[in-house]
Amino acid sequence: MKKISTEKLPLLYAALNGDRQLWIPVQDGDRVEFGLWREGAAVNLAGKTLKSGKDFFFPQNEDFVSFQKEGKKITITEKKRPTDEFVVFGMRGCDLAGLEVLDLVFLAEPKDSFYEARRGAGVIVTLACGTPDESCFCTAFGVNPAEPKGDVAAWLVGDTLYWKPTSDKGEKLTAELGSLLEDAGADGDKAVAEQQAAIADILKQLPNTELELPKVGDAEFDAWFESPNWAKMAESCLGCGTCTFVCPTCQCYDIQDRDTKDGIRRFRCWDSCMYSDFTLMAHGNIRNTQMQRFRQRFMHKLVYFPQNNDGKYSCVGCGRCVEKCPSSLNIVKVIKAMQAMEAMEGVGK
Amino acid sequence: MSGCSCGTNTTATKDMLIPMLGVVTNIKQQTPDVQTYRVEAPGGGVVFPHLPGQCAMVSVPGVGEAMFSITSSPTNTEYMEFSVKRCGMLTDYLHHMDAGQEVTVRGPYGNNFPVETELKGKDLLFIAGGIGLAPLRSVINYVRHNRKNYGTVDIVYGSRSAADLVYLDEIKNEWDGKDDVKVHLTIDREEDGWDGHVGFVPNYVKELAFPPTKTVLVCGPPIMIKFVLQALQEMGFAKTQVYTTLELRMKCGIGKCGRCNIGPKYVCRDGPVFRCDELDEIPDEY
Repeated sequence: MKKISTEKLPLLYAALNGDRQLWIPVQDGDRVEFGLWREGAAVNLAGKTLKSGKDFFFPQNEDFVSFQKEGKKITITEKKRPTDEFVVFGMRGCDLAGLEVLDLVFLAEPKDSFYEARRGAGVIVTLACGTPDESCFCTAFGVNPAEPKGDVAAWLVGDTLYWKPTSDKGEKLTAELGSLLEDAGADGDKAVAEQQAAIADILKQLPNTELELPKVGDAEFDAWFESPNWAKMAESCLGCGTCTFVCPTCQCYDIQDRDTKDGIRRFRCWDSCMYSDFTLMAHGNIRNTQMQRFRQRFMHKLVYFPQNNDGKYSCVGCGRCVEKCPSSLNIVKVIKAMQAMEAMEGVGK
Repeated sequence: MSGCSCGTNTTATKDMLIPMLGVVTNIKQQTPDVQTYRVEAPGGGVVFPHLPGQCAMVSVPGVGEAMFSITSSPTNTEYMEFSVKRCGMLTDYLHHMDAGQEVTVRGPYGNNFPVETELKGKDLLFIAGGIGLAPLRSVINYVRHNRKNYGTVDIVYGSRSAADLVYLDEIKNEWDGKDDVKVHLTIDREEDGWDGHVGFVPNYVKELAFPPTKTVLVCGPPIMIKFVLQALQEMGFAKTQVYTTLELRMKCGIGKCGRCNIGPKYVCRDGPVFRCDELDEIPDEY
């Protein structure tokens, strides 16, 4: 383990930035979101960022091929894969768990070569969550916020940042930083262990961290799918899609073309299963009501995705949907409502 | 998907989202609102190989991109064919283009009718409505090309009117009565000059009283499929004997963009072909 005093963090950031891009949580008005680091940036490492950092690997908008049209002729130019190294500093354990879910989608054959290139180019320094809050329930999904995964795991304790490389990329980055980082010795292990114990104590007091996760097999499926809960809960859903945009695991996308002076650019952009035109086609729409779309989102995260991925859920308990939904809907409410239904009806028993 | 040819025409860095170039070398007006396009690679030949039932994303950049079934048989290595009904922005553009127009094509996507496994040696019954004959035509011509590998072949095909029947020349000149293939045509309502059968496809299937030993491939409008499946069950066909295809909005074609997800299945990747007993395992959202 290495360490650096918080006074010297600007030096660390400058070194991490080097000749690549460093993305770091920055205060922007009343929100904290990843921003490109520059000298004097208002870095804020206190809490969760607005979005999880999935943008760096699966950008909100991304051109991937362009076309020139001349009469009946078309020329296709595929975009170069992004290979320039970059560093993301300050993702949390839940954010990394979100990337692992995206890996299962985008790195499954046939691989998404743009995502794969960004995963290869990005070096991630995760930060242990010193202050998990009431919206957090990552532990329910097996995430340990006190021991985050990544290329380097870091702990901010008092006036010291402890630094532990956990992958080859992390080791390489650490070696590059040289004497900027000091050896933390046994004191470092002790300080980190103390913070981890403190985090564990906070987690115990939070309302949703012991959430029991549903296991929906064939026996329970119909009761879940046909449950009147969906209509009740979806009544207040505005279909705004905020939950899908802040979600670290939502990966639905759209592909569109836009005409520019330099030809036609084909881009993909985040889309949302909560939108009415998501499944609209010439002969109709398979999900005409918000109830159907609401059900699809949660059935996908809690039932369909696990069916396809050895029981792994497509939720990491980051709590962003809990914080951001304008109608106070969220996956915790869904899970609890469905469990209450199961308890009442003895579903699958 | 046995013998999947994904990637055969690609290099290591090629992404399934990046299309290839195709040239429309022939346009045939099939019905007032259906055209069939012959598409070749710029140097001739198919843009990529496929299996019967598989689909491709066809696009005119700046206009749109959509999934179409490849209606030509894999045994045709000279060109690919797509039959397209005019019903939206992209299809409208296609209906107004001239031969020589370049388009982009990517694929092949999805699974295929199991022509080399479950269908082999079987007596086959094809049931299609309207443009639903397009995906089945790929199988029919594959079966005709490898005729000795299959038993009897019956094709029940219907549409709203005689003018809406696609591939009518091919049906009359190449399919019906040749190589022990029987075609049973029907239209929904009587009209002048039509001396064939009149009535809806599901009823005609019942009238023809096929023995429930055949293996059935059904394609057409969702409402027709629904009543055909009912009719087949009444006639004693098991769901395991019947194959159909699903059609949903698609963008990526590789099970990632989320659009065609029903239950744990992605129609673009795990479909479009489903055996009817498999449909019981996914929610009824199609």
